[in-house]
Amino acid sequence: MRPFEFQRAASESEAIAAAAAGARYLAGGTTLVDLMREEVETPEKIVDINRLPLNYIRATDEAIVIGALARMSEVAANQDVRRLQPLIPETLTEGASPQLRNVASIGGNLLQRVRCPYFRMLDAACNKRVPGSGCSAIDGLNAGHAILGSSEHCVATHPSDLAVSLVALGATLSLKGPRGERTIPVEELFRLPESTPHLEHTLEPGELIVEVHVPNGPYARKARYLKVRDRSSYEFALVSAAAALHVENGIIKEVRIAAGGVGTRPWRMNAVEQALVGKPAARASYEIAAAVSTEETRPLSHNGFKVKLLPATIVRALEMAGDVA
Amino acid sequence: MSRREALQATAGAVAFAALPLPAQAADSAATPVPPTQTLPLEVTVNGRVHQLAVDPRLSVLDMLRERLSLTGTKKGCNQGACGACTVLIDGQRVNACLALAVMHDGAKITTIEGVAEGETLHPLQVAFIEHDAFQCGYCTSGQIMSGLGCISEGHASSAEEISYWMSGNICRCGAYPGIVAAVAQAAKEDRT
Ligand SMILES: Cc1cc2nc3c(=O)[nH]c(=O)nc-3n(C[C@H](O)[C@H](O)[C@H](O)COP(=O)(O)OP(=O)(O)OC[C@H]3O[C@@H](n4cnc5c(N)ncnc54)[C@H](O)[C@@H]3O)c2cc1C
Ligand code: SF4
Ligand code: FES
Ligand code: FES
Repeated sequence: MRPFEFQRAASESEAIAAAAAGARYLAGGTTLVDLMREEVETPEKIVDINRLPLNYIRATDEAIVIGALARMSEVAANQDVRRLQPLIPETLTEGASPQLRNVASIGGNLLQRVRCPYFRMLDAACNKRVPGSGCSAIDGLNAGHAILGSSEHCVATHPSDLAVSLVALGATLSLKGPRGERTIPVEELFRLPESTPHLEHTLEPGELIVEVHVPNGPYARKARYLKVRDRSSYEFALVSAAAALHVENGIIKEVRIAAGGVGTRPWRMNAVEQALVGKPAARASYEIAAAVSTEETRPLSHNGFKVKLLPATIVRALEMAGDVA
Repeated sequence: MSRREALQATAGAVAFAALPLPAQAADSAATPVPPTQTLPLEVTVNGRVHQLAVDPRLSVLDMLRERLSLTGTKKGCNQGACGACTVLIDGQRVNACLALAVMHDGAKITTIEGVAEGETLHPLQVAFIEHDAFQCGYCTSGQIMSGLGCISEGHASSAEEISYWMSGNICRCGAYPGIVAAVAQAAKEDRT
């Protein structure tokens, strides 16, 4: 690991000032410390934000509000979250391991970096690590890579499970930076790789994620997360789907679907949603609608299976959501 | 690329690639660079208070092993993927390899060396012996620390639940049936 200067922030303003001057935020460290040890990340300054009072979970009639430093395990075990937003605990518990979830924060989870093996291999070309060096995955081992949103410069998937469900639920982020506060939809946090895969998110320099707002939409209680992977726990998704349904008299009034493991960012399935509104909440409608999900897919040499797995996963997730009483 | 490098390169993509290998600092391949800073740190480990001055790069794992000579906690992958380094920090199971010591100033840490009461083994340690829950033993201290967390969290009520909630601990020898049985037994004793 390269040497760095370490600072503990006692207040948000202190943290933001340090980050605006070039320091990296350190929350649980489960992404950052790992990548620093590999020297994939080489920040010269670190600002530890763990003592900021951002470890809270609040429930109101309209939304669940989660502080950026709440840990994955705390959020998953919270009774209000379990009651009002059951998709979130299910999604969190499907990710990482119990040890990691005890430490990993919600803010850090959204900003975790890709799991493309070449990103971590210092002697492999990788545009995300070294802009302009090329992409080793395009002609390399790419079974785990993206079929949506990829470019000729990068084909890595966004690895967060939580982000998929937050995108489906229409969650927003409160941000604080050197230039003040703002709110953005979680979906707008993530950039497509295009020709600049080293730029992954839309935060401004020094901007801190303060909290996540998850609206208690009418679909929030009838929602499930399905994660398909090579083994049944402690593994990243090959394909995952979050599905949330609002059904009245057997007819779909509103539906939210997002997929993971397939896109260079968490992928909201707008076209599938549109094809479902007004249709009976039944497998036949799910199958017709899910077929639309593959329209813009661009498989690589080893990940063609995802084109079949994606609609199948969506159909199953919708069935699971439909079965929630 | 060495076998270790190959494993480490893929470990980020597939956690199972990062299995316990002979302990060796992953950092040792790089030329050592002197720290730019040394920070004071106070930690309580197994009830004993330690005051140290540390390089901010020092992990909790290396602090325990190299500075405090508590080598019961093992280094497998050094990447958060295998669980061999599991300890309890303020009562919660965590991967000591991904925690910087400076993040835990003032913390109370329990390692495998602090689990028994003198010569009397903890019921989970007894259960590991009774169920033959290890072969080479490399993952065992991490399994036991994780098992303690699993039981205190209330995630040990059935074999299926234990398997799921112990999945952050890889056993290369495949002693899983014994591990699950040992955790189940200790959890049952804990409830009675
Ligand atoms: C072996 C392994 C398996 C895993 N499996 C999964 C999985 O299956 N699913 C899954 O979703 N995740 C998985 N993860 C990833 C894990 O969930 C993330 O590493 C974790 O959530 C990151 O949170 P953290 O608090 O540790 O972040 P850190 O490592 O502290 O930070 C990550 C990044 O976010 C920035 N940051 C942190 N907090 C803020 C903030 N409040 N504002 C602005 N920037 C901030 C940091 O500067 C850094 O760039 C796995 C990780 C490992 C090591
Ligand atoms: S897919 Fe992206 S992260 Fe992977 S090698 Fe290509 S540029 Fe790097
Ligand atoms: S040494 Fe493998 S998880 Fe820490
Ligand atoms: S790795 Fe040998 S006993 Fe688990």
